[in-house]
Amino acid sequence: MGQKVEDNLDFEIPDDLLYTSDDEWVSAEDGCVTVGVTDFAQQQLGDIVYVELPSVGDHFAEGAAFGVIESVKAVSDLNAPIAGEVIAVNDELVNQPETINEECYGDGWIIKLRPSEEDALDGLLDADSYRKIVSERSA
Amino acid sequence: MSALKRTPLYELHRRLGARMIEFGGFELPLQYSSIREEHAAVREAAGLFDVSHMGQFEFEGLAAIAAADPLASRSVAALEPGRALYALLCNEKGGVVDDILCYRVAEAHAFWCVNASNIEKDWSWLRAHVPSSVSGIRDASAERGLLALQGPASASILERLSSPAVRALRRFRCARMDVAGCSALVSRTGYTGVDGFELYARHGDLARMFEALLADGSSFGLRPAGLGARDTLRLEAALPLYGHELDEDTSPLAAGLERFLDLGAHRFIGADAIASAREAGVAQRLVGFVLEERGVARAGCAVLDAGKPVGKVTSGAPSPTLGKSIGLAYVPTEMARPGGMIQVAVRDRALRARVVETPFV
Repeated sequence: MGQKVEDNLDFEIPDDLLYTSDDEWVSAEDGCVTVGVTDFAQQQLGDIVYVELPSVGDHFAEGAAFGVIESVKAVSDLNAPIAGEVIAVNDELVNQPETINEECYGDGWIIKLRPSEEDALDGLLDADSYRKIVSERSA
Repeated sequence: MSALKRTPLYELHRRLGARMIEFGGFELPLQYSSIREEHAAVREAAGLFDVSHMGQFEFEGLAAIAAADPLASRSVAALEPGRALYALLCNEKGGVVDDILCYRVAEAHAFWCVNASNIEKDWSWLRAHVPSSVSGIRDASAERGLLALQGPASASILERLSSPAVRALRRFRCARMDVAGCSALVSRTGYTGVDGFELYARHGDLARMFEALLADGSSFGLRPAGLGARDTLRLEAALPLYGHELDEDTSPLAAGLERFLDLGAHRFIGADAIASAREAGVAQRLVGFVLEERGVARAGCAVLDAGKPVGKVTSGAPSPTLGKSIGLAYVPTEMARPGGMIQVAVRDRALRARVVETPFV
């Protein structure tokens, strides 16, 4: 299925987060980075039924698949927005994957990473840039 | 790839907030709200599907009905008017060209409802096997559509817009009726494993019927439902989907469809090959399985025995009703017994699954 934006999708893109073109969001504080999927991504996926999470201590290169998210209809890789080490995973999602549909920017967070590089966040998109990318997909 | 086709209800689906996907060359609703909610609506109340992508071939006159009869695995020529049946179109080697519904609308009028992705192939197959001197055979796919009203509340909803006669219509019977003032062929059939009706009507009448049903049925819990729910419902009912469980190289015997083959007096194309295959015994059987671990087995996943691939998953999804992942797979006949354990390769993991009786629900 292509990533075509439907006219009638209405999604939230908070201004205080950073984004990837793979529809993940990143929030940085105290040298640790929290990662989730965007409202756009969860709407595209539909009813989320399963999340495969990495283990704490795993290392991922930027862009590497760190997990899998499945909805009733689709399966999608989760890609590391930055290189780093996993320092926490949201175990609640194992039993309640639908939390991602309900609160993708809150309780639906997926992992926390410790960045490998200091300037790791430089390559990420701000809300305006991500909004532009998502809207261009409808063209 | 050529441009996707649209049904006459395309604009209406978009207004209802549908997310569209490609299926069988058509742009169709995947879901309006959520696959789970639409699935639950069909199980508990009712759902309305636009399945106008399905092909419709008309047979007018006894000669046309007789000429097409050897293509279907069950005889339509021997079917009483007002009845419908599920049949297979088989090739000479006993594989499946398509799986279809055949209707004997009247003594001199029959039609087939065929899969959208197979319309052109079936039409060529039909033309190649029916003498060109036979008239009265027509591809009406571009003129007529199909709505499926499915779920336990279907009869209550439909009788208000047509007549109380819908209640008396039994499974696999059909009758011409007015629905919301439009002429339709109504049959008590469906692809959800739940009671319901299918309404065949002219393209120009579809929107009126769809909107009238939705408006009138909302108090019964009726909601529009997309292909996502259609797929999870048919999977829970273990109904085959062409291109997944069935194809030109797969025997209907392996698919467990022997009861839809008339291997007696009805001489159909492929019957000899199927009879020989039955004599020899099939090497693989289609089974239902339930995953006993977390994960989702999808079409294409390998079935493993002692780590080696021995079979293949043809359909798989989380079952909204059971809350577990279910699927259909071809496995060696000796592994096909319900209760037995198999393994399914999902990405880099081998997940335990139990072979179960179908339907799942």
